[in-house]
Parts: sequence; C-alpha cells; structure tokens
Amino acid sequence: MAPFLTPGVGDTESSFASARPRFLLHPQKIMEEISFTSQLLQYAVTGITIGSIYAMVAIGFNVIYNVTEAINFAQGEFVMLGGLIMVFLQVALHIPLVFSFPLTILVVTVVGILLHLLAIKPIREPSVLSMIIATIGAAFFIKGAAMFIWGKNPFDLPPFSGRNPIAFYGAMVQPQSLWVVGFLVAVVVVLTLFFDRTILGKALRACAVNPDASSLVGINVNYMILLSFALSAAIGAIGGIVITPISLMEYDRGAMLAVKGFAACVLGGMGSFYGAIVGGLIIGLIESLGAGLISSGYKDAFALLVLLFVLFLKPSGLLGSMEISKIKKF
Amino acid sequence: MDRLPFKKNRDILHLTGFGLGLLLFPLLARHVSILSHYMDVMVFVGIYSIMTIGLCLLMGYAGQISLGHAAFFGLGAYISGVVTTKYGINPWLCLLMGMIVSSVIAVIIGTPSLKLRGHYLAMATLAFCIIITIVFNENVELTGGPDGLAFIQGLSLMGYPLDSIAKYYYLVWSFVLVTLLLSLNVIRSRVGRAMRSIHGSELAASAMGVNISKYKIYVFVVSAGMASVAGSLYAHYLNFLSPASFDLFVSIKLLIMIILGGMHSIWGAVVGAVLITFLNYEWLHYFEEAEGMIYGLIILVIIIFLPGGLVSVPGKVRKILTR
Repeated sequence: MAPFLTPGVGDTESSFASARPRFLLHPQKIMEEISFTSQLLQYAVTGITIGSIYAMVAIGFNVIYNVTEAINFAQGEFVMLGGLIMVFLQVALHIPLVFSFPLTILVVTVVGILLHLLAIKPIREPSVLSMIIATIGAAFFIKGAAMFIWGKNPFDLPPFSGRNPIAFYGAMVQPQSLWVVGFLVAVVVVLTLFFDRTILGKALRACAVNPDASSLVGINVNYMILLSFALSAAIGAIGGIVITPISLMEYDRGAMLAVKGFAACVLGGMGSFYGAIVGGLIIGLIESLGAGLISSGYKDAFALLVLLFVLFLKPSGLLGSMEISKIKKF
Repeated sequence: MDRLPFKKNRDILHLTGFGLGLLLFPLLARHVSILSHYMDVMVFVGIYSIMTIGLCLLMGYAGQISLGHAAFFGLGAYISGVVTTKYGINPWLCLLMGMIVSSVIAVIIGTPSLKLRGHYLAMATLAFCIIITIVFNENVELTGGPDGLAFIQGLSLMGYPLDSIAKYYYLVWSFVLVTLLLSLNVIRSRVGRAMRSIHGSELAASAMGVNISKYKIYVFVVSAGMASVAGSLYAHYLNFLSPASFDLFVSIKLLIMIILGGMHSIWGAVVGAVLITFLNYEWLHYFEEAEGMIYGLIILVIIIFLPGGLVSVPGKVRKILTR
C-alpha cells in the first residue's frame, strides 16, 4: 500500500485548517478528497488483483464440482504448489520464465491427475462424502509435503515485468497486477473456447449435465473426471504463479485460498462459470476494502462472513439457479 | 423393531464393560509405573472422546462433515476461561453458558447450510473455524491473543476440589459415559432411525415423511454443544489456553479420529480418539516435520482400504474365518 495514503493524515490537516488563511482552505479540501478517492481506488486495485485469484480458484472448484458433484478441498493446495514450484524452478534452478511457467503448470497438472488416480479413483465405496474426505486428506498430505520440502518460510518470486508501479489516477498499480488480471482473462477466454468449440469440452459439459446419459452416447466418464482434475489443477497453478510475486507464497496458504475461492463460488452460484468470476472479484473487493477501511486484523474474516450471509439469504448465488443447489443428487 | 431390545441389551453390556475398564485403569496405573504416565493422556482422550462421539452422530448418522468442531471446542474453552478469570463466575455455570452459546451459533450456521442439499456445511464450518481462530488471536485484552490465557481455576464438585489427575480422570470419563449413553439412546430411538434413513437416501427418507433438514440441524447442534462441554473441561484441566489448540488442524484431527475408528459406530469414535490422542501426545514427536503428511496419509489409507474404520476389522476377520 502506498505510504502517503495512510488514513488520518487528512484529519490532522483539516483540524489545522481553521487556524490557516482562508484562501488555503479550499485547495486543501480538494487534496483531501483526491487522496480519499485515490485511496479507495488503491484498495479497489488490490481487491481486483486478489479477487482474480479467488476467481481462478472458484473456476477450479466448479470444473470438478460440475463433473463429480464433490467439492475438492485440495483446490487451494494447487495454487500453493503452483507458486512454490515456480519459485523452485525459476529462483533455485534459474530456468527462464518462458520455460518454467509451462513446466510448473505441467507439474501441478500431474499432481492433480495423481490426486484423482491415487486418492479419488481407488475409493471402494464412492460417495460424495468419502470423496470429500479423501480430498481433505489429500490436501493435508500435500500441505505436509510442501512444509517438508520448502519449510515454513514464505518465498518471493521476481515479477514478470519489474516492480516499477504505474500511476493510475493517484493509485499505484503494480505491473504484476495487470499480469494477474490478464491471466484471468486468458483463462476465461481459453476455457470458453474449450467448452464451446471442442469435442472434449462439450463432452465434459455433457458429463456435468448427466453422467449416465453421457456414458450411453460413448463418453468415458472416468476419463472426464480425470480431465476435470487436471484442468482445475492447471488453473490453480496459473493462479499461484501469477500471485506469488505480489503476496509471496508459503506452505499453509492453501486452506484459506480454498475457503475464499469457495465463498466466491457460492456467491456467484455453485457450478456457474461466469458466477465464479463475478463472485471472485466481489470477494476480493470486499476483503480489500474491509481491510483498508474497517480493520486489517479481521481481513480474512470478511470473505467468510460473506459466505455465511450468502448461504443464509440467497444460497443459489448471484448467477446460479436454485436448481443447481437443490436438485444435484447429493 | 424386534431386534431393538437385543441391541439395547448389548449396548448396556458394552457400556458396563467399558465403565468397569475405566474404573480399573487408574488402580492398575497406580501399581504399574509405565501406565501411570498415561493417566494424563487418558484425560485428554476423554475430552476428545466427548467431541468425537458428537461428530460421529453427525458424520456417521446424518452424513455431514463439520470442520468447525475445533471452533466449538475453543468457544467452550474460552468462555469458561475468560468468564471465570475475568468475572469470577462459577465454572459450572460457564460450562452451561458455553454450551448455550455454541448451540445458538450452531443453529445460525447450520440452518442455512443444512437446508441445502450437499456439503455446504463442511465449507461453512471451515470458514467458521478460521473466523474463530482470528477472533481468539485478535481480541488480545480478552483472550490474551496468541500468547494465551493463563491461570484458569480448576473445577470443584460440591466444594470438593478436583485437584489431582486421577480425580479429573473420573470426572471427564463420567462425562464421556453420559455422552455415550445419550448418543446410544438417540441412535436407537425414532430420531436415530430417521437419521440413518437420511444417510441411506435423502430422497427416500423425505418421501417417508422425515424432515431431513430438521434432523440434520438437531444433530449438528447437539454435537456442537458436546464439543463446547469438552472445551470447558479442557480449559479447567489445563488452566491455560492458546488459540493454536483450537485451529483447523484440530478439526482435521477430530475428523481423522472418526474415520480411523469407523464413522458408523459410536464406539469407533472412542477407539479413534484413543489412538490419535496417543499418536499426537506420545508417538508423533519423532516425526515432527512429517506430521501433516502422516495425518493426510492416514485419512487416505483408511478411506480407500478400510472405509468402515477399525471397528469393522473384527467383523471382517470373522467373515473370513467362518467362510
């Protein structure tokens, strides 16, 4: 956060204002307003940046949820792994960005596939309950393994294009924030094309609507579940890679990211693709504004309160239909 | 229906045997020096058992996961701790107060998330658990923040202080026995049958006129209340609280206890509590760094290879032998 925008500065100015010559009062009033709006803008920029990551997590949730009807509690661990593996490849092994980026996505995708093959598929009495427990176990295992490998300290990653902030109407925008938003847009565009234009994407969508009917027309449902895990792991990895230069990354970030991503998911409407994006951005904004204007200590609580409120008031979310939360055969 | 009395008798048999074993353990421990060390751990086992029995009702019989039980545990503990140290109110009243507060919160969280199909409760309680940890850490003047809350007074029963481990052991385990008795009664009653039918098929249960969400909320509230009682007992036994004893990790450990013991059996909940508490307090020090991985692996191995938990092993062995 820009240091010159700290709250309270404006207050002291105005308390001195009465003792000053009258002609100075007016310009100062304007200064104050500018600093407050730019402060808001600053929070909004931060919110959209982190909200993009929540949106990516939420999209990942939806991809698996639509096909399997289970919530993947390891979704946040994919983001954490994306960040830490990228740090390992780029900072420790000095592999250039262009190669380490896809390599990281590949590694995390393999982890996602392994999650399905080793933890979900072998379950003898598959039910949504046992699948969720398995993903909780897997999430815990991945987190433990990450602590074992990387230790408890957070790691930094060099930003893609320098750390010189860009001035934007009084707010300072990190170039990396633009990358984050850019990658969210890229993920959305690629996924939309994938789901609408390719046979594989259409098969995945068919599975989401009705697995039994899909298998009747020759779609291999098991393969589609595998694909959904791979896809959401890859999306999570991208989120982790792009956010690490801004917020660092450590082994125990996964659970919190998963909860906030889920909050975004529920806010937008469980299973809704565009709902996930809208929900993610709103959660990010609420969190950033809440931390800046109300209390930074309770920063993490805002998103979770939103989750509880949405469950209370409109469980179908903003863009979801009531059908999704009611009729899915849990 | 005709098998019910038989089952009731078997329950009473199990309970008496279990109670006798518990009575004898301290006597045995007094004479065997290796065991005497375990009295302390057994108190914690009792405290965790109260929670796992409640959670088992929720998971095994209502088919829902709660990741927020560490929060209810912490709520009970902190209400007991803070109110007795700051306001000097009778600890037993605080225990009741914690129970009421936890139940009310459980209603608030449970009502919206349990009315929906699916596992919204798991995420809502996960969120609640994280919020509560933040609250414990941030309210420094009330809870002592991350440094913890010390000098919580011990419990006394009718003017008679429970000042030794053995006395507390008997107190905690009598709570466990009462919880067991209550839960077994619930399971064998109309409510229990309704709950099992929900777990079997929600659609069929609701077609038979079972009010699904009402029963789910009921079980969730009861189990939250139990966790809160366990928290109060914990606070007065340890005389010291810190937020780390009530974070998400503890919720996951409770989950592991249930899965390891067997989520469809109340007795499994106790077995799991014994094993994981010993693992946690006694044996896991050797693997400090790999602790998380080991817990994760336990969950995966059990859910994949032994979905019925450890209590299903005797039945399986018998099946193999009689074949």
